[in-house]
Amino acid sequence: MRLLEGQGVTKYFGGLAAVFEVDFHVDPGEVFGLIGPNGAGKTTLFNLISAALTPKSGAIKFKGKNITGLKPHQICRMGVARTFQTVKIFANMSVLDNVALGALFGASARLSSADAERQATALLEFVGLSTQKAAPAKDLTLANQKRLEVAGALATQPELLLLDEIMAGLNPAEVAQAMELVARIRDRGITIIMIEHVMKAIMSVCDRIMVLHHGQKIADGTPQEIANSKTVIKVYLGEKADAGS
Amino acid sequence: MDIIKAVSKKPFELGFLLFILIVLATLPLYAPEYAVVLLTSILMYIIITVSWTMFSGPTGYISLAPAAFFGIGVYTSALLALVLPLPVVIGIGGLAGFCLALLVGALTLRLRGIYFVMFTFGLVELLLHFILWWEVNISGTTGRVVPTVANATVYYILLIIFSLLMLTTYLLRNSKFGIALQSIGEFEEAAAHRGINVNVLKTIIFAISALFMGAAGAIMATRWTYIDPKIAFNPLISFMPVLMAIFGGIRYLYGPVIGAAFFAYVEEFLITRFPYHYMLIFGVIMLVAILYMPDGLVGLIQKLWKRTSGETDAVT
Repeated sequence: MRLLEGQGVTKYFGGLAAVFEVDFHVDPGEVFGLIGPNGAGKTTLFNLISAALTPKSGAIKFKGKNITGLKPHQICRMGVARTFQTVKIFANMSVLDNVALGALFGASARLSSADAERQATALLEFVGLSTQKAAPAKDLTLANQKRLEVAGALATQPELLLLDEIMAGLNPAEVAQAMELVARIRDRGITIIMIEHVMKAIMSVCDRIMVLHHGQKIADGTPQEIANSKTVIKVYLGEKADAGS
Repeated sequence: MDIIKAVSKKPFELGFLLFILIVLATLPLYAPEYAVVLLTSILMYIIITVSWTMFSGPTGYISLAPAAFFGIGVYTSALLALVLPLPVVIGIGGLAGFCLALLVGALTLRLRGIYFVMFTFGLVELLLHFILWWEVNISGTTGRVVPTVANATVYYILLIIFSLLMLTTYLLRNSKFGIALQSIGEFEEAAAHRGINVNVLKTIIFAISALFMGAAGAIMATRWTYIDPKIAFNPLISFMPVLMAIFGGIRYLYGPVIGAAFFAYVEEFLITRFPYHYMLIFGVIMLVAILYMPDGLVGLIQKLWKRTSGETDAVT
């Protein structure tokens, strides 16, 4: 069974089709990349999957169940967690509370606060923030805030994790760390969909990639197929003559 | 971390609280009548302010509806105090506040920022004029008489409501729902994506806070003997808790208590000495407080405490 499946997913902003008739599917255990130029509809698709927005038409299924029309907290409790393109952490709360929150409310199992704290501590260890447990989240560097957000999302015990540009704004060393983190999350058996502009990262870590352009799916396949796809090259680099090669 | 801190501080804090509670509980036995009456109005303000802060403090939703919830309690008393025993009237007053807040919360807690502020304040006016219209056109009587109750009884009932309120606030702050409310204040959208049913949580806490306001209104009605809608729904009751909570320190458990006690006392003092200028003096105090004590009185005290006690603070 597919873990996540979208059929004809469509969303308009005014007259603009931000996402138009997009079909996609994600299998358990995959790292699925979502790429496309700015404004292609990648984040909108994330918002549709996580129920921040409701699609105008089409259906999204998670583990075979139709999840269109549910509320964000319901989607989260079913096992779909996300991070945001611009980090959305709880700035004045401690690093530990930021993570514990997900364990207390997002996990399908009811946890005592001691268990939630233990889990949050373990996750902070996992993302490499265990030394800053007590600090307010706003005191962390951008790279660490992104890791904190990932830890908070993982605390909800997701089966599917949506990562929206966790590498944007990071330096090369931090990008390498983030790639390694993605691989370790996958090794825990969590399926990942990631939006990314860092091509090196997406090509090396993803099993399959889907390309969006003006809200429409123009290609999907393995990184190799995407790298060689004429349509994708055209969208990214323009026509051969334009590219000046 | 916060939980560990709270536990290690507990024995001292509990003892101190018990001491204050005993002093307050035995006060009517030896203190002059005037002190009891003064403490009654101080307790009233404390209850409204602490319950306002319970919801508005962590979430940052500035509600100007306290006058509506307090007023509905007052009005419950005006309608029922002659026919029902006092504890029942107070219970119904609290319940009326709770139900009204549940309804209003479910409808409006999707609004953010200034829209929510405007709506909650509009609610006070709406209720006032609706009841006024009802009385003039349908029931035909405006203004009702509420039987008076002994000063000490009013005082004790307020003390009980206050104790329950402090207990509720304390438990809420240290529960997972306390963290959830704070996360809503910080980033509501992200909180929803971490599995929190934000609308339900906001509405329920909003209603619980209104329960205490309604109960306080129901008992305070007996102090005024004559009630009409303009007395019951006094807009000042909506603004005072905001000022008092900010003045005392909105982020601290005791901030609203101290802010309300201070303001209520100052009001009593100023109103007797400067009956015409007391609001002006109030305004000046408020401006100074916002400019120079952004964390309120309790925040200021803590800062000074830390400065004087120096390193010893780092150990605890």
